[in-house]
Amino acid sequence: MYLTIDGVKKSFQHNQETLTVLDDIHISIEKGQFVSIVGPSGCGKSTLLYIIAGLVQPDDGAVRVLGKKVTKPSPNRVVVFQEDGLFPWLSVTENVTYGLKLKRLSKEEIKQKAHDVLKMVHLSRYKNAYPHQLSGGMKQRVAIARALVMEPDILLMDEPFAALDEQTRLVLQSELLNIWQKTKVTILFITHNIREAVLLSEKVIVMGTRPGNVKEVFSMPPATRQIVPNRETLSIEQKIFSVLQGEIEKVLKEEMGDDYSFQTNRDDSDFTRHLGSHL
Amino acid sequence: MIVTLLVTWEVTSRFSTIPDFMFPSVTQVFETLVNGIIDGQIPVAVVQSIGRLFIGFSMAVVIGLLLGYLIWRFTLVEETLGFLITALQSIPSIVWFPLAIIWFGLNDMAILFIVTIGATWTMTISASSGFQNVSKLYQRVAKTLGSSGFHYVRTVIIPAAIPQIISGLRIAWAFSWRALMAGELLGSGGGLGQLLEVGRSLGQMDLVISVMIIIAVIGTIMDHVLFLRLERNVQMKWGVA
Repeated sequence: MYLTIDGVKKSFQHNQETLTVLDDIHISIEKGQFVSIVGPSGCGKSTLLYIIAGLVQPDDGAVRVLGKKVTKPSPNRVVVFQEDGLFPWLSVTENVTYGLKLKRLSKEEIKQKAHDVLKMVHLSRYKNAYPHQLSGGMKQRVAIARALVMEPDILLMDEPFAALDEQTRLVLQSELLNIWQKTKVTILFITHNIREAVLLSEKVIVMGTRPGNVKEVFSMPPATRQIVPNRETLSIEQKIFSVLQGEIEKVLKEEMGDDYSFQTNRDDSDFTRHLGSHL
Repeated sequence: MIVTLLVTWEVTSRFSTIPDFMFPSVTQVFETLVNGIIDGQIPVAVVQSIGRLFIGFSMAVVIGLLLGYLIWRFTLVEETLGFLITALQSIPSIVWFPLAIIWFGLNDMAILFIVTIGATWTMTISASSGFQNVSKLYQRVAKTLGSSGFHYVRTVIIPAAIPQIISGLRIAWAFSWRALMAGELLGSGGGLGQLLEVGRSLGQMDLVISVMIIIAVIGTIMDHVLFLRLERNVQMKWGVA
C-alpha cells in the first residue's frame, strides 16, 4: 500500500471536556488512486486531512507514505484548501512559483513549469494579475495550479469546491478529472457532497461522526469518469446516503433536540435534487 | 464655505476692539505667511522640523518592528514586555520631556528622544498584533509548500502583516508629529515649534497663525496624501477592506 493511515486517534479539549474527533481510523490508498471522504460536518474529515498533510499531529497511530512515517508538512503532500489561500501580495505567477523556488530549480525550469501549469488550468492570460482581480473560481484554479506545479506525490483537497457556485464547480470538477488522468497523482478529496464524491473518485470512504470513524468504503465501477450522473452512480449515491442517514440524525438530534427525526422528514425526490449538499 | 469663514474672520478682526497683534486679520496673516516663505524663515523651519521628524520616526519604526517581532516570536518577551508597552503607550510623549532634558540637555537630542518615544510603542503594538494575526490559512499553505524558518518569516509573516503595519505607521506618524511640535515649542534649536514660540514672545500672532497653517498643511498632506492612500491601496490588494 502506498498511503496508510494506521489507527489514527485525535481529540481536542473543549470547555474542559475531551472531544474525540477521530477514533481509530484505518485507511489505505494505492498510488494514483482518487479517493474521496464524505461525512457529516464535524466528523473530523478535515482534521484527518491535516494529519496526513503533517500540519496536525495525531494523539495515537500514524500516517505512513511508502512505510515512512509522516511527522511534518512536506511539498510531496500538497494541500488545496477550501478557501484559495493565495498570497494577495504576489501575482498569479509568483503564487504558483512560490513553492518551486524553494526546490532550487533553474530560473528557466521554474518559468516553464509555471507556464505549463497555468495553461493547464486555462489561466495563461492572467499570469500577471493579482488575486484580488480574479473571481472565486479563478482563484481556486490558481490554488490548484500552485499545488500541481509542485508535482506532489499526493494531492490533498479539503472541500476545494465548496465555496464555489454550481457552474464553476462543474467546470472545475471536469478539469480536475482531466488533470488527474494526465498526471496520475494520488488524490485524497474531502467533500460533504455525495454526488461529487461518487462522480469523481474510484473509492468513497464514508465517515461517521462523534467520534469520527470509518463507516463504510465504496468502490466505484471503473467506468469512464464524467461529471453527469447516471443510473449506476445514482444508486451508489442512495446507498451512501442511507449509511449517512443515521449519522445525520445523530448530529441533528444533538443540535435540535431529541424530538427531531430526519427519517420522517425525508423525501427521496428532494434528495436527488439537492445532491446531498445540505449534509 | 471657506470663503464665508475667511470673510467673517477679516470683518470681525477689522471691526473688533481687540488689538491687531492679538487677533490679526486674514490679509495680515497671509502677508506674514508669504513674507516668511520668501525670506526663508518658514522654509528653514520646515526643513529642520521634517529632518528631526524623519530621524525620530524612522528610529521609532525600526525599534517598533523589532520589538513587535520579538513579542510575536517569543512568548517570554510577550509576557514580560507586553503589558509594559501598553502602559508606556498611554503616557503622552511630552511627559518624557523633563527626563529627556536632564538626560540629554536642552538640545536636539531631547526633542528626537520624545519624537521617537512618541511613536515607538504604537508601532510595536501594531507590528506585534500584525504578526500575530497572520491568517492560519497562509501559514498552512506556506508550510505545505515547503517554507520554514527565515524564509517563512520573510515571505509570509511580514507581507501578511503589511496592512496592519501601515495602519500602525499612520498612527505612529501622527503621534510623532505632535510630539515634535510640543518638543520644539518647549525646547530649542529651531523648527516650526520654535517659530511658534518666537511669534509668541514677539507678540506676533500673525506669525503664530501662519505657522499653524503650515503645520496643518504638512499634516494633511502626510496623512491624506501619503498614508491614507497607501493604506487604501494595500487594503484593496490584500483584500482586507
